[in-house]
Amino acid sequence: MIIIALLLILVASFLGILFLKVRYKGILTVLAVFMTASISGLYAIKVLLGGNIEFILSGTYVTGEIPLRIDALSAWFILLINFTILTGALYGLQYMKSYRKQAINISLHCLAFLGIQTSLTAICIVQNAIVFLFLWEIMALSSFILIIFEHYRQEVIKAGINYLIQAHIAIVFLYIGFIWVGVRMHSYDFKAITEFSATFPQLTSLALFLCFFIAFAIKAGFVPFHTWLPYAHPASPAHISGVMSGVIIKIGIYGILRLILLIHTDFVVLGVILLIISAITGIYGVMLAIIQHNLKKLLAYHSIENIGIIGIGIGLGSIGLGTNNYLLTTLGFAGSLLHVLNHSLFKSVLFFAAGNVYQSVHTLNIEHLGGLVKRMPHTSVLFLISALAICGLPPFNGFVSEFIIYTGLYKGMLGENMFPAFVMLSSILGMVLIGGLALLCFTKAFGVVFLGKSRHNSHNIPVEAGAGKLIPMYMTTVLILAIGLFPGFFIQLLSEPLKLFTAKLSSPANTAAFALNISETIKYIGWSSIGFMALSGIIFFLRKKITNLHPERLEPTWGCGYTGETEKMQYTANSFVRSYRKLAKPLLSMHKKELIFDTTFPGKSTYETAPNDKIEEVFIDIPLKNLKFFFGKFSFLQNGKPQFYILYGFVFIALVLAIPYLYDVIKSFIAFLNQL
Amino acid sequence: MISFVVIILASLFFSGIIVRTKSIASGRKGPGIFQPMKDIFRLLKKGSVYSETSSFVFQIAPSIYFASVLMAIMVIPFGKSEGIISFDGDFIFFAYILALGKFFSIISAMDTGSSFEGMGASREALYSLLVEPAFFILMGSFALFTGHTSFHDIFISLHFGSYVAYALGCLATFVLIMIAMIENSRMPIDDPKTHLELTMIHEVMILDNSGFDLGLILHASNLKFAMYGALIANFFIDTLPFYLTIPIFFAVQLIFAVAVGVFESFSARFRMNHNAQFIFALTSIALLIFFGVLMVIGKFI
Repeated sequence: MIIIALLLILVASFLGILFLKVRYKGILTVLAVFMTASISGLYAIKVLLGGNIEFILSGTYVTGEIPLRIDALSAWFILLINFTILTGALYGLQYMKSYRKQAINISLHCLAFLGIQTSLTAICIVQNAIVFLFLWEIMALSSFILIIFEHYRQEVIKAGINYLIQAHIAIVFLYIGFIWVGVRMHSYDFKAITEFSATFPQLTSLALFLCFFIAFAIKAGFVPFHTWLPYAHPASPAHISGVMSGVIIKIGIYGILRLILLIHTDFVVLGVILLIISAITGIYGVMLAIIQHNLKKLLAYHSIENIGIIGIGIGLGSIGLGTNNYLLTTLGFAGSLLHVLNHSLFKSVLFFAAGNVYQSVHTLNIEHLGGLVKRMPHTSVLFLISALAICGLPPFNGFVSEFIIYTGLYKGMLGENMFPAFVMLSSILGMVLIGGLALLCFTKAFGVVFLGKSRHNSHNIPVEAGAGKLIPMYMTTVLILAIGLFPGFFIQLLSEPLKLFTAKLSSPANTAAFALNISETIKYIGWSSIGFMALSGIIFFLRKKITNLHPERLEPTWGCGYTGETEKMQYTANSFVRSYRKLAKPLLSMHKKELIFDTTFPGKSTYETAPNDKIEEVFIDIPLKNLKFFFGKFSFLQNGKPQFYILYGFVFIALVLAIPYLYDVIKSFIAFLNQL
Repeated sequence: MISFVVIILASLFFSGIIVRTKSIASGRKGPGIFQPMKDIFRLLKKGSVYSETSSFVFQIAPSIYFASVLMAIMVIPFGKSEGIISFDGDFIFFAYILALGKFFSIISAMDTGSSFEGMGASREALYSLLVEPAFFILMGSFALFTGHTSFHDIFISLHFGSYVAYALGCLATFVLIMIAMIENSRMPIDDPKTHLELTMIHEVMILDNSGFDLGLILHASNLKFAMYGALIANFFIDTLPFYLTIPIFFAVQLIFAVAVGVFESFSARFRMNHNAQFIFALTSIALLIFFGVLMVIGKFI
């Protein structure tokens, strides 16, 4: 019934979007998104509070039975996907107003938006490999269409095609994985994966896991599979970047978590592999984020960083599974699941804020921005809150999830032997570096974009975004604060998804005491955060009271005696990170172009830096160049004359026919040699 | 609760003792011990001058910075008695709340749109990023050593047994002192008495602060010193009764302050580009402590 209702809504809105006037297309999309979100959300909440839902659709001859299962893990993801998609749709409704002339383009965009929502939700539910792949493909294609909205710009279409290719490489790995299981177990139900890992040795299961992991890692943006991400985010419209970073890449995390639930293997090895990859991902992501000049690209690299943090949580949880340690399992998976939610919240606000900036100043180059705090106060406050949250600072939500992961890492260090202690310590080191670098990055981003004075003389004065854009941002920010101040409630919500993971442990010892201890600690954090806010408020209030008694003056900024102040004297983003860049030089790839005057009288001088991705250069650009060089040798074949092409076809057919004959000849020749 | 009170008390004298030590070391008559506090009280009563470029961030940042330091102090225990806030993993909260204060002090420096203050902000952000790992590894080592993960539990179960353990205690004290010096932008990293904006770190960030805000920022620095002093003192006071621990606490603070004064009198600031290496070297010392702990508890093969 419900499925039919959902399908009806979808079909109706599809038709509606096609035939309605431009103005109503967006509204209809938002309505459809809201309706489907509330239906699936209701079911998800029901499941999250306890109980599972399972339907079996009869399916077709090709697919076999299609099991639809909503367990607590799916429910958690469905809820957070639908929340971000809904705020994204609301924000997009206003954001797309300036593109109203492109009616056809907008219809396609709306359709793809509905497609992404439906496919993401369905991916969380469907547990049949063939249908899963089908849905995965719909998701990949609709996000491609969403990315290339401004397809008339060259860099956009380039980024889109880059994404499309990499998404399909991911699909190839998914195919391999599912076919492997399908051939061995003669079933496309996900349960076959469990049976597979039960019948084959642990090493084979680990290989299967890695095969799936590559596919999901490309989607989620683990280093070195992240290269599509920094192109796709700046290319797409702001609400799509928000949704993509918030939830589309998280579907990769969902895949990894689902697989961990299904598979039985050596979880310690798996956890260590995940920890190492994730720590590298996190550090590398933020290291590159710092040197970016494009605000959206900077945020895109931060998505990679946060995927790293989530991955550290998952790795920790897996080690917990492997060592049969209830505490580590809970802390690791709780931290990563909560961070998935947290990241989807603050990152979407950050991208929406970047969208506000773009639509009001028409540039995203950090070096040209500045002083927006006076023109766009709401956007700056929202950006500031999310920036604090993404740095993992209390009293916001990022701190809660990072704290849980930290606690897990410290607890894991107290284990029996040295090896885990060392791995945990390295991960702690990674987390600390990520935190510190994120702080450097966001003080730069916020300080340069919003504070000081404008660094660029633009013709139009920036104006604050309308209420339509700010309301979805405020909605999300309320949730950011709520998680930061009342984390106990959200940890409680996580108890059902966590039970799925802890059910894999053989004999969990005194679980209740541990669980109580953790939730007590988390509540304590909430109270401390509230206390901190109250303390700051009191101090600020006292300050206000006292300073009001005394005169205040406004003067120009202290310029060391220099009075001809100009906005060009401000510190720029590039100079802000200069000492960092010099330190990290061996790991980065910066392309510098400088023209410095050396004559007596100063002429015009320029200085330009372009940050590049070193891993992309090594893994993609250089192999591509070599491949091009190799195949370039055969370019004489492609001479543009039809006669030759017909000849090639003939040669090909002749070869195909000749191969069995040649094979026979060789075989008889060998037989002849043997007789000698 | 008691830790909060004694740290606040110690913070009132701390910079006075440093200044006094420095004046004695350089053969000057120098100001009295209470002079720095008198200066701060005078500032609190004065009116302010704000930069035309600055926004609301500049107004709220000093209060939040001060609140973050107070909050961090509340986490610190005192011998047997817990801090006002104490839970599993509270030292993570301690480090992150301090980082929050730092975030605000950095963006408030960026808010003035000054080239000097941006420079200071950039350095502060970089150095604080480099010093964090040392603290986390240090705490990790002691968590491993004692099997607990909160300040209070770590300090009450910290009993040095062997010579190696004493060596580790000394190393840890050194690392903590160095962290305190860096966090407060003192001598080997930054010279608070320098007169050139280009060579400052912390001082240059607060060039545009005045009146009440400047008072808050200056006292926050005293509080931070006393806070790290209290952490160091906690290594030594064990679980003795209060009539012994409180004198020991103040003695440690006194020694710490005098040591800072002597050190600052007889050493010069590093070159700016050598600072990063120096700070990161602390992390390697912390790693050394970690391996030492592994050795002491017998996990190291």
